[in-house]
Formats: sequence, structure tokens, C-alpha cells
Amino acid sequence: MTDTLLLPAAIAALALAAAFWRFLVGPRPVDRVVAFDGLTIIAITGLVLSALASGRSIYLDVALVYALLSFLGVIVAARYLEGGEQ
Amino acid sequence: MSDTFAPVKIFSVTLLFWILLNGALEVDVLLVGAVVAGAITFLLAGSLSFLSGYRLTWESARATLGYLGYFLRELLKANLSLARVVMDPALPVEPAIVKVRTRLKNPVARLLLANSITLTPGTLTVEMKGEWLYVHWVFAKTTDPNVATAEIVADFEKFLEKMYD
Amino acid sequence: MNALAILGVMVMTAGAVFLAFAGLGLYRMPDTYTRIQAGTKATTLGTILTLVGAALIMPDWGVKLLLIALFLMFTNPLSSQVLARAAHRAGVPATKESKADALAEDREELA
Repeated sequence: MTDTLLLPAAIAALALAAAFWRFLVGPRPVDRVVAFDGLTIIAITGLVLSALASGRSIYLDVALVYALLSFLGVIVAARYLEGGEQ
Repeated sequence: MSDTFAPVKIFSVTLLFWILLNGALEVDVLLVGAVVAGAITFLLAGSLSFLSGYRLTWESARATLGYLGYFLRELLKANLSLARVVMDPALPVEPAIVKVRTRLKNPVARLLLANSITLTPGTLTVEMKGEWLYVHWVFAKTTDPNVATAEIVADFEKFLEKMYD
Repeated sequence: MNALAILGVMVMTAGAVFLAFAGLGLYRMPDTYTRIQAGTKATTLGTILTLVGAALIMPDWGVKLLLIALFLMFTNPLSSQVLARAAHRAGVPATKESKADALAEDREELA
């Protein structure tokens, strides 16, 4: 079972790498926040895969709280960025 | 927006959320959930307005199902068109921010409309002001507000109008 | 391994492919707004599919997975909109390919 999950895990890792590249190069702060938002959502898939691989549903609670916190984080970051580049 | 059923709706949604969170339908889960949902309803009935305005009618329930089906189809289409664009070496995008108009007045219906636009092919809500929505469109066919409204807003609006007052 | 679990792995793989499209979109798209578009749509569908796939593998977890999916369907477009709005208010420019910006034209009267 766990072996077959390696395929989706590997593809999701590619997605993480591409989003992380955008996080590193920016160029603007808002681009980094967009990339960060993408990274956290892809990480939820990672948590679900961990839950399946370990057979422990506690990872799903972690995923839910993680989704909630990253949503709040993005909203706060956006509020801050609205100040602008003038 | 006075809604006599608002407390009932808040209570049922809070209880449902509690049951989903627990993932179990047992007596003690239900009892605790009912107490907590009751307390939330009692304390927050005045300020939790996000459920008010949803119609409790058969027509509204049918519209909700139709909306869900249409939304999921559009989400799939959005992803396939996006996949084509990002795989294309030439990256064919022709973006514009266009103005569209909505008749919807209910704040929840407007929020759902904005979210739906964001998840459907090539469009992203950037700003809402009164009846106007400013939409970023990756394949902008037009910048005429009326044509863009018919293209982007009209289908979702038909469902949402039946769902919300 | 039963048929449902095999289907689940396939659905999860399809979801991961959409996540990869999201990553590719974030990597390739020319400006902030088009990157937000690519990011939000593909991560939403991709995550929904991986959650559905996980529910097929582990039906007992279905309810909690459904809850995560509903939560994401609601918050993911919302955070994208808030980011796009912040970018536009902060004056982040769109790509040179852009045809029009009705919001910039109306910005004065909106303020």
C-alpha cells in the first residue's frame, strides 16, 4: 500500500519544488506570499499522505489546523502588503 | 436582514460542523455538540449573519444542487484550460482586468459569486465595490462590461438568486 | 489491496498532477496576477482530488477529509482574492501582454 503512494508523493514533491523556487525568487513580497500560500496547500496533501502511510488519523487534524492557520496568515500578510510600494 | 430562522440555521450548521469534526455519531458527541451549538447560537445569533438570507425552500435546495454541479464542472474546465496554458511553451495569455456587474445584494451570495468566479476558467475576482466586480481575466475576449458580465457572472447569478433573498 | 484502494491511489495521483500544474504555473506565469490564477485553481482541484482519493483508501476518515475539502474550497479562493486585491492596491504591475485595467481607471473614484 505505502509503496503505491510513492507516485503521488513524488509528483507532489515536484509541485513543492516549483512553488518553492517562486518563493525564493519573488521578485516582489506579494509573489512570495502567493508562493507560500501554494506551498502550504500542497503540504496538506503531504500531511494526508503521511496519515495514510502511517495509518494515523491524527495527521488529518494537523492538516485541518494547518489549513486554518495558513489561511489566517495569508489574510494578515495581505493586509500588511496593502500598504504598498509607493 | 431580519431572519426568524437565523438561530435555527446557526444551531444546525454549528452542530453539523461539530459532528463532522468528531467524525462520529454517538450520544455523548451529540449531547456535547448540542450544548456547545446552543451556547454559540445564544451568544452570537446577532452577529453571525453569514447564514441569514438562505432560503429554506425546495426551489432553493434544487438551485443549490444545480449550483454545486455547475461549479464542479467549471472547476474542472478551469484546470484543464490552465494545464494547457502552463504546458504550452509559448505561454499564451492575454490578460486584462475587466468590470462586471451583479444584481446580487445578499453579502453571502456575493461572496459565493466572487469565490466561484475565482475558481472558474481564467477569472479571478480582484475587487468588489457596490454592484461592480473587478475581474482579472487570463484570456480576455472583451473589455465591454456587459459582454463580460454575460460571460462570467450570468450563469452563477441564476443559481445564487434562487438560493438567497 | 482492494479495488477501491487502487482507485483511491489513482485519484490521488491525478490530484498530485494538478498540484504539479499549480507549481508549474507559479514557476512560469509572467506576473503576480496570472500566478495567483494558476496557483489557486490547480491547488484547489488537486487537493480536493487527493482528499477524495484518501477517502477511497480509508473510508473511515471520509468525514474528516470532507471537512478539510469544504474548508479549502471556501478559503482558498478567498485568500487568492485578498492577495490579488493587496497586489493591485500596492500598485504591483501586470504583464506587458495585458490589454486593459478597468480597476486602475476607476481607482480614483473608488478611493
